[in-house]
Amino acid sequence: MATDVERAEQRPETLRGATVAALIWAVSLAAIAGTWVAARRWWFPELASQQGALVDRLFTTIFVIIAIVFVLVQATLGWVLWRYASRGAGHRAAPWHENPRLELAWTVIPAVILITLTVLGGSLWLRVHSAAPAGAMTVEVIAEQFGWRFHYPGPDGVLGSIDFRGDSRNAPLGLRADLAGAADDVVSRELYLVVDRPVRLLIRSKDVIHSFYVPHFRIKQDAVPGRTSPVVFTPTRTGTFPIVCAELCGVGHYVMAGTLKVVTADEFEAWLASQPTIGGVR
Amino acid sequence: MAVVQRVAHETATHHHEPTSFWRKYVFSLDHKVIGIQYLATSFLLALLGGLLAMGIRLALGWPGQRWPLLGALFPSAFPNGVISQGFYLNLVTMHGTIMIFFVLSTALTGGFGNYLIPLQIGARDMAFPLLNALSYWLFPIALIPLLATYFVPGGGPVSGWTAYAPLSAVPQAAPGSGAGQTLWLISLAILIVAFLFGSLNYITTVLQLRARGMSMMRLPLTVWAMFITAIISLLSFPVLLAAAIMLLFDRHAGTSFFLPAGAVIGGRVIEAGGGDPLLWQHLFWFLGHPEVYILILPAMGMVSDIIANNARKPIFGYPVMVLSVAAIALLSFLVWGHHMFVSGMHPMLGTAFMITTLIIAVPSAIKTFNWLATLWGGKIRFTPQMLFAIGFVSLFVTGGLTGLVLGNPAVDMYFHDTYFVVAHFHFVMGSASLFAIFAGLYHWFPKMFGRMLDERLGRLHFWLALPATYATFFPMHFAGIAGMVRRIYSTELYGFLGGLEGLNRFVSIAAFVMFAAHMVFVVNVVYSLVRGRRASENPWRATTLEWSVPSPPPHGNWGDREVEVHRWAYDYSVPGAPDDFVPQHVPAEVGVTARARS
Repeated sequence: MATDVERAEQRPETLRGATVAALIWAVSLAAIAGTWVAARRWWFPELASQQGALVDRLFTTIFVIIAIVFVLVQATLGWVLWRYASRGAGHRAAPWHENPRLELAWTVIPAVILITLTVLGGSLWLRVHSAAPAGAMTVEVIAEQFGWRFHYPGPDGVLGSIDFRGDSRNAPLGLRADLAGAADDVVSRELYLVVDRPVRLLIRSKDVIHSFYVPHFRIKQDAVPGRTSPVVFTPTRTGTFPIVCAELCGVGHYVMAGTLKVVTADEFEAWLASQPTIGGVR
Repeated sequence: MAVVQRVAHETATHHHEPTSFWRKYVFSLDHKVIGIQYLATSFLLALLGGLLAMGIRLALGWPGQRWPLLGALFPSAFPNGVISQGFYLNLVTMHGTIMIFFVLSTALTGGFGNYLIPLQIGARDMAFPLLNALSYWLFPIALIPLLATYFVPGGGPVSGWTAYAPLSAVPQAAPGSGAGQTLWLISLAILIVAFLFGSLNYITTVLQLRARGMSMMRLPLTVWAMFITAIISLLSFPVLLAAAIMLLFDRHAGTSFFLPAGAVIGGRVIEAGGGDPLLWQHLFWFLGHPEVYILILPAMGMVSDIIANNARKPIFGYPVMVLSVAAIALLSFLVWGHHMFVSGMHPMLGTAFMITTLIIAVPSAIKTFNWLATLWGGKIRFTPQMLFAIGFVSLFVTGGLTGLVLGNPAVDMYFHDTYFVVAHFHFVMGSASLFAIFAGLYHWFPKMFGRMLDERLGRLHFWLALPATYATFFPMHFAGIAGMVRRIYSTELYGFLGGLEGLNRFVSIAAFVMFAAHMVFVVNVVYSLVRGRRASENPWRATTLEWSVPSPPPHGNWGDREVEVHRWAYDYSVPGAPDDFVPQHVPAEVGVTARARS
């Protein structure tokens, strides 16, 4: 009783090989074409921070490398299917199955590429996390279900100590005028930053884990209750940018949007002066 | 060796075939029945997990759309016909949980592992058949609390398959964070025990019950992969079990392993604090990342064997293939932190985890090139299992490459928790593993059921599934690059995501086509079980031991035969041999000369 496969040992499968190769190539081509279209329609939001340029550059480097490998490997996969499809009776596969030199080559070449990427990635990571430059502005970012609040230190430059247990309308974030440094503090629903001035955000959460994500700045930092996570960057463009919550935080996760406004130094001072302070003082 | 033989004899004499229906097909101790039970249960759950994904795509493709029929069928999930936010998050949570733990893990290790390990090493059964049966029966028991989450106040869990604390630790944090979350944790804990029983069994069986002559370096790569996967499971799952129990304590016993002091969650003040939400993440991902390899290593093993068989060529670089699986296994324990680059852990840790993460790409690349080298110079026949194995390689490459983007912490700051990640793991782990499972089913179905699956339907299945899979998951990269985050019910609040509506609808339609494509397989299974042609002992002309017994194999596998192995698993196209394959049990000189004389 011959099965299909037993018969196939006698029958060439070259047509099938060609069609499957064509499928692999077609799918890969569609992926490349799709990327081509996407690069014009759905690519990164317009860049608005200094260190974001470095992130974009590293992404482009990696993207070029993986695109080349993708094309080479998928093309080769299609090619071997097309070239080595069964030619029927009399065709025999090659028996070889070892080649130390070849195996060494495809161990060493990926290793070299990956070491390069490690060095590039590692140095950028350290740069992103280096200490804030002198003159950087400090703002506390408080995430909660389902919104954002921003805590400015006021003219004294000292952030009053937050206590979520005392959070109320009269004492936002538990800040009271009699706490050290708190009287001139400002708690805002919008994040105002100064263009070209470095900023150090201290990301905190009142309840569950959220994530502070500003796509235009290429910045993301989780807000973890009980922990203060700093993130340092410099806005390079004035304008209004969305803040997105990137960590599932409950049923209202999808509505947890915030607004970030990058303004000039003068506009910032004017805005800060217009905000009520904890102690009612200016 | 003497011990091995004695054990084999004892198992032979103690194994009388049960005669009652219940002992034979339901509460069976036979590894083959248990393997098929695992596969069948996973199969049903894959349908459920797939349907949940269709719900996700329904919400994202047509935001705010009313579905009157669904509203009538499920009034609480679709109030006024519109999917609710809470139910959407439950879909996300349950789709991930079911697909990762209850479909891919169970089908690959529980299903194929059980069925294939004893048959491929020449054993009559697993080392501990009773433990094996217990391992399977814990699986449906684990399902009871999981499915019960739909019938408790507050509904099913909404904290994602990763169940990050404190969202999952405090009932006030979200509606599904009540009884639903507790049941979810209990379900997971039971399933983990099942995995541990299975792993112990596989490791012991491979080490102790190999037939005479079956040295470790003669094992088929499927067995190597299952063996190493079992070691990973045994070492990593207990950590998640501990974490799950600690989370249950936080929820119900007043502890605060994961709760920091001073947090105010849903109006509840956390007084007794001192815990750390990041502890959950470290414990979860200490399993969670090896888990990814628990899903991909068995797939790699089966695909290796299927490619060699259908290319009629020995697997290229066998020792390196074994070593690279071992290397991936070892490294898989050292990369968990790449899920936490933006979590707030120390940046120096980010650097360390970046290095290990990028290193793990090396053994993965080696495997890919060895598959290509196996195909190179082969005599390839395009059976459905070969098509799915080829699809696996293509999907694995595509998904693996984007890992290099995400493994870079500074770049991951942008991409973490966006659809780029969703695209990445659905290629490399979701689809690739699923394709390997299909490849395995097309390959071993004749052995399991004694009937051939229909080849034409199989080809149709592949030709629909591969393009649909790419069409579904590839555009998700673009959504991620545009900045669309995961687990959001709607993008309407974000102006910068406004252009993605068409893309999301396209993905949804592709996903429906993909689901329909896999239904072709369901039809094929039903049709072939009834009407399929009878399978011969070795329809694929394969070398491994399971093809030297009738299809399906009898209870005890080998009858009175003493299995002896004389060669490795890849004697394809040996020069001088009359046939283009020499099975492992054929004596050394007989394989080439005796048959040449006849």
